[in-house]
This record gives sequence, structure tokens and C-alpha cells, in this order.
Amino acid sequence: MGADPVLAALAAACPAARPAQPGDAVAGMMPRFAASPATIAEASELLRTAAAHDLAVVPRGGGSKLGWGAPPRRVDLIVDTSGLDRVLEHAAGDLVVRAQAGVTLAQLGEVLAGAGQQLALDPPPVPLAVARTRGGSGAGAAAGSEAPSGANGAAPQWRGATIGGRLATGARPSAAAAPAGASAPSPWLGATIGGTLATGAAGPRRLRYGTPRDLLIGITVVRADGTVAHSGGKVVKNVAGYDLGKLFTGSFGTLGLIVEAVFRLHPRPASASYVTVDCDGPDEAYRAVAAAAGSELAPSAIELDRPARGQPVRVAVLVEGDPDGTAERTGLMRALLGRGAATQPSAPGWWGWPANGNGRSGRGQHAEAQPGDARPGGAADAGAGTLIRIGFWAAGLPQILRAVDAAALAAGLDPAVGGSAAAGVIYAAAGPDADPAAVAAFVSGLRGALARGDGDARPAPAPVPDGPPVLASAVVVHAPPRARDLMDLWGPVPSLSLMRAVKDQFDPGHRMAPGRFAGGI
Amino acid sequence: MIKQLIPRMTEICGPGGVITDPAELRTYETDGLTSHRVTPALVVLPRAAEEVAAVVAECAAAKVPFVARGSGTGLSGGALPHAEGVLIVTSKMRRIIAIDPASQRAIVEPGCTNLSVSEAARPFGYFYAPDPSSQVVCSVGGNVAENSGGAHCLKHGFTVHHVTGLEIVTPSGELTWLGDGTGAAPGYDLLGAFTGSEGTLGIVTKIVVKLTKIPQLVKCLLAAFKTTGEGGNAVTAIIGAGIVPAAIEMMDALAIEAAEAAVSCCYPEGAGAVLIVELDGPRCDVERECAAVRALCEQAGATEIREADDPAERAAIWVGRRSAFAAVGRISPAYIVQDGVVPRTALGAVLDKIAELSAESGVRVANVFHAGDGNLHPLVLYDDSVPGAAESAETVSGAILDLCISYGGSITGEHGVGVDKSRYLPKMFDEGDLDTMQMLRCAFDPASLCNPGKIFPTPRLCGEVPGARRAPHPLVASGQVDQF
Repeated sequence: MGADPVLAALAAACPAARPAQPGDAVAGMMPRFAASPATIAEASELLRTAAAHDLAVVPRGGGSKLGWGAPPRRVDLIVDTSGLDRVLEHAAGDLVVRAQAGVTLAQLGEVLAGAGQQLALDPPPVPLAVARTRGGSGAGAAAGSEAPSGANGAAPQWRGATIGGRLATGARPSAAAAPAGASAPSPWLGATIGGTLATGAAGPRRLRYGTPRDLLIGITVVRADGTVAHSGGKVVKNVAGYDLGKLFTGSFGTLGLIVEAVFRLHPRPASASYVTVDCDGPDEAYRAVAAAAGSELAPSAIELDRPARGQPVRVAVLVEGDPDGTAERTGLMRALLGRGAATQPSAPGWWGWPANGNGRSGRGQHAEAQPGDARPGGAADAGAGTLIRIGFWAAGLPQILRAVDAAALAAGLDPAVGGSAAAGVIYAAAGPDADPAAVAAFVSGLRGALARGDGDARPAPAPVPDGPPVLASAVVVHAPPRARDLMDLWGPVPSLSLMRAVKDQFDPGHRMAPGRFAGGI
Repeated sequence: MIKQLIPRMTEICGPGGVITDPAELRTYETDGLTSHRVTPALVVLPRAAEEVAAVVAECAAAKVPFVARGSGTGLSGGALPHAEGVLIVTSKMRRIIAIDPASQRAIVEPGCTNLSVSEAARPFGYFYAPDPSSQVVCSVGGNVAENSGGAHCLKHGFTVHHVTGLEIVTPSGELTWLGDGTGAAPGYDLLGAFTGSEGTLGIVTKIVVKLTKIPQLVKCLLAAFKTTGEGGNAVTAIIGAGIVPAAIEMMDALAIEAAEAAVSCCYPEGAGAVLIVELDGPRCDVERECAAVRALCEQAGATEIREADDPAERAAIWVGRRSAFAAVGRISPAYIVQDGVVPRTALGAVLDKIAELSAESGVRVANVFHAGDGNLHPLVLYDDSVPGAAESAETVSGAILDLCISYGGSITGEHGVGVDKSRYLPKMFDEGDLDTMQMLRCAFDPASLCNPGKIFPTPRLCGEVPGARRAPHPLVASGQVDQF
């Protein structure tokens, strides 16, 4: 081990540097080294050393979303943030928390729940460990995630029984906390603050609380050359200097290493309930979504789900607040959504899970973590299906659903569809065994429809001559390797030349997660 | 040099769109921060995005600096002109291009006033949430540049939370879109980074904003306290109860005195502090929260509480607060409007320290602030006919910022850095921080022509690794850039 001079240099910067192991692979690419800095100073020295030896670096948090984005063009060093695992400051009276990047959402949630507070993020999950044998029916996987209320009866901060159950019991993440029947701990229990920021992951409650960029108020990063930089601060209202937090959120590790973050918090609502209604086709679903979104009842999330073409579109609305207000608004919401609407105290099984079942197997079956895998990310990468995120103007929902169907039909695919309809983000998902060529044809056909802007994907009532040239996008969040190789995961990106200029400034050697991001950045 | 640009600029903007007369040029010498004045070499008033792009392309080709200006209400000198540069005024670009209530979006031009967007959306049941107190005149383009807030940003957020697409002219003169209006566009969040960059990364020519549903009920509560400390305790109790009001504002005795003199707002007599709490949302929630806030204020020692839920009564409560800045002119010949932020829980301690500073220096300070988010607006009063008074006021004003920093706060919550506070920025951020921020600047504006001299005390020279410089930078050598 000591024989490798590069490893020796890395170890001098960061004692927890080691040769890479099979579990350190990223999208099939095997790095040479892995290191886990324990302090920001170590992280800085580590990246400085990596720069001196021209090493390509891929940051890794919990590894739960390591299969997202394109495979890196090259990777020499994995920087694992799991050593940066301290919640540094929870100023409950100020509704602010400062924590290191390796802190998991679960760990942070526990600290905040003690003060009746939350980081209002419910990011899309990521490889959930559900044994394939029980994933045959969507309901099977879903039953495990039928969300129990949190410790104080609030909506779960993260969907899924594992987190909710664990919050209720205060147990540490462990295999025992996983849903009954699961074969391994849910890898996404390990999702970290840093990884959530780097991927910009958000879930149903983005409608009310926004996405990670909206809740981040301060950030500390280590640049590709080892320089430590921060922006923002510990106060919510702050316009001093450029906001680097926005730039780094969703940058997939391509601009530098996120080491610390400050978030604004929200009170945990005392109660939550869900109003559900089954709709016959895109237009009826849109009417339900629009009625809920246009109401004065302040819903926290409005989700829809359609497991397969021709099936009813299920719509569910989350109402949160104090118990009396929630009860009253839930009743009003149910009346608004009309006959067939029902209320339930917990989330429907399909809630917020980006679809991934190809109709046949329902949703929530993302990947299978093999017992004994050192890194869940590796297994996730191997077992995941295809997940496509579609962003659109909310009024375009029926047109978008029809465009999805048309592209899928033409490609011979029947993806599950669902997501945050009122916030203008839905997902289409195909199972891991879908024909890679069909997946690629679907993505390309869908992008073609969105780009044509021939009215299908335009917002109602009419095209806007002076608006943005394209009003929707389709990004492949993750895909099995064979499908991935056939597609540009990111698709067309506006202002790509400015993005390249930003990359060239922050990482002139193109060593940070090279090739992972849009446009090959 | 700049004279040579006039014929081409006239071609682009039309004869009525170019100002060269010295007296007319002087009307643009300052924005809302009147202590800084620079007469621009040339003013242009383009009518459309393409004209802005053409103007900027001409400037870039001639290496002439340019500064964008909306309505000129900014309070940090962000739109202060450049003496050898072109001032690009967006006031002719005022179209509301589209209102799409079903998508909860509007597309507007940068010269639109903030309030006009809400007015256009109102018939559909929506409004544009960021509401800086200058909203009647300030432009949405300027709001984007400054990431403007307002009294109601406690609950509803700042401009950056309500903008989902920007058409900009880059500093090289190209038209491009940042974001697609969805809030979920792929790629780096340049939209987020651009918002609040104070006009240094380009010029906004179209804006897609989010529209917010007009709440079912708005209730406003005014509570009088003997001291700001008691008022502060009430704020802590409200937040601690898990209530997020739309706004929580506080004024101290001196600010109340000024407001009474100016607009006879009839706040409770003898109050040492008044708290204005506004709640909005579904009727059932607002009613209950209002009762809870009332009880918490009583527990904190409120001497009088008033409540209003119709627009006229609410306006009567707000009139004192809204007029506070200007009203101070009634009790002092001159004053500095400061803008600092502290963690909300530090408000009491910081107010005590400000009182100490005031007592020690003999400089009076009136406090008006967004108590819910710890954003202080101390008004530092002085008599500009007394020699040395302005300097003493400036010293106290600066000491207040030091105080904010020492409590982990910020030197500006909503007014921006501009020219006014660039010297304070290094107190919040070290060299590595500022260098890193300026990498973004270098990516957008390597020639440093776009609103130069703002925000950063020391410009970063682009295209070089810091510390590795061995010869003068080419721009310095050729005399295009000064190095300090």
C-alpha cells in the first residue's frame, strides 16, 4: 500500500485514504483510491493533492444516488463525505440548522424532530431495498411504504415506512428498521445533505416548500484546487455577495465538493391527511389537480399516479397544519374534488414514488441492494430501471400526458407515470428489464414532441411568442447501463455555453466528476 | 470615445431613445442612494430585448462599460452610472406579455413595476408575492438584480423564490434564456445565481414569475409594548409556537414618533414599541392563529392590541410602518437608512447594543425592522448642517453593521451591496470566498464591462489562476483595466 506514491501523498493529506475496493465503483468505473476526510481542512488538503496529481475526483455521500447522471469520463479518487457527519448548530429559535455534508437526512431529521422542526424536503427516493419476490405487485412494495405518521402525528418527513417507523421509535438506522420482508437496509436511509444538494433532489412537498435550493441559506465548498469557499450565512434574509449555494445545488459534483450547509427550517405540522380521487384520463386528472392547486386551501402537495396506459389516473392531495385546520381543510378539499373523493390519514402507497414499475410491477421498486454489498450505490446502479423527470408548465399536464403516451406507444413501451403534477414535475419510469432501444426511442420521441412546441406541450391558453423557446424538458435521472449508453441523459439544455464557462472557471482541469453532467460537463 | 457610439445607438434605440444632453444626463446621476452621484456618459432607453442586446454588443465591441437601471429606487447604488459608460434604462420595456393563471406564471418585461404584475394577476385570483416597500415604482428587473424581499417575504420568500425563467443579454451582447419557466430546468441553476447579482452578470430582458393564490383571509394585528425587548419576546413566542405569519414588523418609540408626525397613524400613545403581525391563508387557520398571536402578545405584556381584517383597516395599521423611512425626515434633517440582519433570537441583545452606541455617540437611531427574519433597518439621524455630524452618523451606521456581523448576521438583507457596502464585504467573506464568487463573474463577464466596480472591493482578473501570476495581466498591460 505504501508503495504507491500517489496514495502516500493522499494519505498525508487525509489519513483515511485507501486503495479503492469493488464497492467504490461508479457506474461501472473503478477508481484507484477512496478517501474519507474527517475535517474541512483534510478535504481541502485532499483536493489540493488530487489536483497536484491530476486525479479525477467523484464526491460521494451515502451513495444512494451514485447511479444518477452519466457515468464519469474518468475517476481516480472517490471522496467519501461520511466522515463529515456532525450537526454543528441547530438554532431552534431561529429555525436554522448548520451541518456537515455527510450528515444523513435521517440523522438530521432526528435532531430537528426533537424541537418540533423539519427540513422540509422529501426527496425522491432512491434505490429502495425491496426484495424482488415481493415487488411483483406494486401494492406489495407500497404496503411497506404506507407512511405512518411521524412521532407527533405529522406527515412523514421522508416517505417510506423505514424513516417514519424509525422516527417513531427513535431507533438508529439498521436492518431491523427496514420494512418487514426487505432483504437489506434501505440504501436511501443513507442519503446525505451533500448528496441531496448535489442532485437537487426534491419530492411532493416541493409545491409548498420548494426544492433544496430554496431551503439552503449558506454553503461551504472545497474547490477543485483545494480552496475552501463559502457563501450565504446563517440568516435567512441575506443578499451579501453572490449565491454560490444556488450554483452548487444540482451540480452533480462537477464544480467542487460540498462540505457544509446551512438550511432554513419549518415547524413540523401537527397533523396531515390525504384526499384522493381516481380520475378517468388526463383531462379529468388535470381538472382535479387544477382545482386543488387553484383553491385557497393551501395544499402542501398534489401528486398523481398512473401505473399503466389506460388505467385510471390517481390523484392525491396532502393537507397539513394544526389538527383542527387540517380536518376542516381536508373536508373542504374533499368536497372540491367531488364525488369519488376520499380522505385517508396516511399517504397512498404510490405517494411520491417516482414511478419505476413498467405497469407490470407497479411503483416503488427501484433496485435491489444485495446483502453484503459494501456500497448500496453499486447495486442500485445495476438493478435500477429507467426514471425520466419531465418538467413542464403546470397547465400543460394533459398535453404532457398525451405526449408521453404517444412517444411510449411509438416506442413500444408502457411506462408508469406519476409525480408532482401541480408543481410541474412528473416522472415516467420503465422497469429494469425494459428493452434499452425502446427506452431510448421513447426518450427521443418525447423530447422531440417537447421541442417542437407545436402546441402539445405549450401552456394553455395559447403559445406565448415572447416566452421561453421551450417550456418543458425530459431528463433521464437514471437508467440501466445498456439503455444509458444509447441516450444523452440530460437532453437539450438552455445556455449551455454559459454553463461550460462556469465549469471552466471552477474546474479548469475538468477533474471534478467529469462527464456526469449536462452537455458532457 | 463614447461619442462615436451615438449614431449607432440612435439607430438601435431610435432618436427618442438616446440621451446626450448634459442636463438630462444629470437626472440619472443617482439611484435611491443619493449620497453617491456619477453622471453617465450616455443614456439609452431601448424598447425591446433585441435593442438591449444590440446596445450591449456595441459596448462590448468598443470595450465601453455599461450599467442597467430600472426605476432607480435601489438603496445601495447598484444602478450608479459609470462616468465613461452607457446607462441602459429599461423603463420603456413595460409589457406584461402573458398571465397564465393555470400554470401560476406570468411573463413580464423588466421595466414593469412590481405592483403592476400583481394588478394584472388580481382578476384571476393571484398576486406576485415579493413586495418591496417601493413596489409602486420599483421595477421587476431591478427586483431580480437585487433579489428584493419585502415585508411579506417572511412567509412567501424573496424574488429568487418567485422567478422561474429569465431572458438575459449576456455581457457580450447575446440573448439567452436561464431556466424555462418550470423551475425544473436541467443544468446549473444559473437563474438562481443570476438573481441577486446586482446587475453584474448581464441585463434581464424578460422575466417569468410565479404567481401566488390570493389568500382567503388576511388579518393584521397591531400590539403595543412598553419596550422593544417585550415586543421581541412576543416575536420569539409566536415563532416558537410554530406560527409562520406573512409578516412581523416592529417600530421603536423614535420611529413611531416620526410616523405620527408624518401621517398621524394614531398608534397607541406612549408605546415604546409596536408590533405589526399579518397572517394570511385559509380562513380557519388564520382565525385560529390570530387568536393564538393575540394571546402570546398579551402574555408578553402588550398594553393594547388592535385587529383588522378588511383592507381599509389593515391599511390604517400599515400606514405608519410604510411611511416610516420617509417620515424620519420630519424629525431629522438627514438620515442614513441601514440594512443589516441578525439571527432573530439576537434581536433583543443587538437592539440594546444599538441603544448603547447611540447613547455613547449622541447620534439618534430610530429602529424599524422586519422582526420575523431579524432584518434591521436602523435609521441613523443627523443634521447635515452641523460639521462632522455626517461622519459621526456614518461611524455609528458602520458600527451597527459590525454588530450584525459579530452576531453571525449579514451586512445586507435586501438592499444589496452595490457601491455602498463593498468595503464591508471582506468582513463577512475571506479572500477565498470572494475569489470564488468572482469566478462566476469571470464566466459571465470576462472583460468586466457589466456594472463594474459594484459588490466586490477588488476585481478579480479573469482567466488566470490566482497566485500564479508572473507578468501583468494583459488587460492591465493594455490599459483596459486598472489594478488596485
